[in-house]
Amino acid sequence: MNSMRVTDHPILGTLENKKQVTITFDDVPYPAFEGDTIASALLASGVRTLRHQEDKGTPRGIYCNIGHCFECRVRVNGKNTVRACLTPVEGDMRIESGGEL
Amino acid sequence: MIDLVIVGAGPAGLGAAISAAEYGLEVCVLDEFVKPGGRLLGQLHEEPDGKWVNGIAEAQKLYYRALQLGVKIKCGVSVYDIAKLESGWCVYTTDQIYETECLLLATGASETPIPVPGWTLPGVMSIGAAQVMGNVHRVKPGEKGIIIGVNVLSVAIARELQLCGVHIESILLPQSSFVSGDSAHPEKMMESLLRLTHLAPSPLIRFGGKWVNPKIGARLYPRNGFKMWGIPIQLRKTALEILGEYQVEGVRIADISATGEVVPGTEKVLSADFVCIAGGLTPMSELASVAGCSFRYIPELGGHIPIHNECMQTNLKGLYVAGNITGVESAKVARAQGTVAGLSVARELHAIKQRADEIIDIAKKEVIDTRRNALIQFQAGIEREREELYDKGNNVFEEKISV
Ligand SMILES: Cc1cc2nc3c(=O)[nH]c(=O)nc-3n(C[C@H](O)[C@H](O)[C@H](O)COP(=O)(O)OP(=O)(O)OC[C@H]3O[C@@H](n4cnc5c(N)ncnc54)[C@H](O)[C@@H]3O)c2cc1C
Ligand code: FES
Repeated sequence: MNSMRVTDHPILGTLENKKQVTITFDDVPYPAFEGDTIASALLASGVRTLRHQEDKGTPRGIYCNIGHCFECRVRVNGKNTVRACLTPVEGDMRIESGGEL
Repeated sequence: MIDLVIVGAGPAGLGAAISAAEYGLEVCVLDEFVKPGGRLLGQLHEEPDGKWVNGIAEAQKLYYRALQLGVKIKCGVSVYDIAKLESGWCVYTTDQIYETECLLLATGASETPIPVPGWTLPGVMSIGAAQVMGNVHRVKPGEKGIIIGVNVLSVAIARELQLCGVHIESILLPQSSFVSGDSAHPEKMMESLLRLTHLAPSPLIRFGGKWVNPKIGARLYPRNGFKMWGIPIQLRKTALEILGEYQVEGVRIADISATGEVVPGTEKVLSADFVCIAGGLTPMSELASVAGCSFRYIPELGGHIPIHNECMQTNLKGLYVAGNITGVESAKVARAQGTVAGLSVARELHAIKQRADEIIDIAKKEVIDTRRNALIQFQAGIEREREELYDKGNNVFEEKISV
């Protein structure tokens, strides 16, 4: 799909043909593979900033990638505080970054 | 009421599910991650005989075996509270409430953060985050990375990232003012790295492992570091600040003395598009503390440990622990501990009709053997500390737990 994907790996092998779906992040469409989390799909397209800190507006992305730190919280289909690193993508998923309050 | 609910589908949780289900128990495993396997999923190690251990394949084997035995495994479910019932335990999750006779906490370990200035910038992540991105999701964390924190895990994962086609510019130390403990101390880090020498293809570090003691090692240590798999490991450089406006652009570094002080006038900037922070692992035991377990602080095991005996029982009836929640060790040890926990639960629920103690003793011995043969020793002194814990523990348990 693009250069951030590890398509061929010397030990883990080649990624088989994965089914592609489209998600939107702040109204921009992005391609994703089935089995991706929101965080991995966006990073594959080079998107690192998932939200802006409520107080200061500084940009934030993933930190732990396994659900511990809540740094990656986004809004998914209208639901707040969803962890992007733990949430599998689905076709037409609508994701919004949290912004400055 | 279910016989056994297990929190965590890592090697410990799945190992326990398998051994309990083999004795006919009804078992349900809950995990908040998208796939079963826990931290085993990201692991990729080359054994001394040159064979690669692929954590994803290992995890899949455990998962299928558990399914075959009728274990229910639910992913994407977080457990946020547990409470003691008159008989058994109540488990509160984002999915539903479960009631169970016995409860096993196999929640693993979490990474200790190091608050280096600039660490909230997008592109800064824990070393485990990069491992999961690359090996599990198959997305590079970036093209060119710098790793802050030198330990067995960060060096092993640097190698894995390299296999994903990522360039690692440097592995260096955090500044002593950002951490407590040894992670900013070159001599101490040399000592910890020497535990990894059997994995290292680099003659320098192998050489070191044989007869250089850590003190001399850190002093003689070349200012520009040495390389493992072509990755510069720089025990005499420290990260002062992570730089970037909207995301990581680089790291400001400086030379340090053998005891960790910054050498004035040696500052420079390395460019990178991502930074990993490797602060080490600590048992994730919040749920055990919510339940009211007693704890002991054991640095060799990674921090505060819920007190348990060698059968993996805590001091609360029907509550068990296994895997990295009981101390940071490798995945095979976690799995072997899981087996013991599953068997102990089966014994408590009278599902093992004959020779229960004997069967559990064999499984306990397997844990010790696995520990001795483990490829990665996270800390020195694990076995000694465990023995002491279990010696003390057994007295406490004789009074409180009747099986
Ligand atoms: C980032 C990281 C990288 C590691 N890399 C290596 C390595 O390369 N080599 C090595 O030998 N060891 C490594 N380890 C050590 C690792 O912990 C062990 O190898 C092994 O995976 C421990 O097994 P476990 O079953 O105890 O826990 P884990 O494998 O960590 O599994 C615990 C599971 O519990 C789940 N969980 C936790 N809390 C909850 C909750 N409240 N609700 C629902 N689910 C929950 C988690 O999602 C996770 O899947 C690493 C550990 C970490 C944290
Ligand atoms: S990155 Fe830590 S919870 Fe998602």
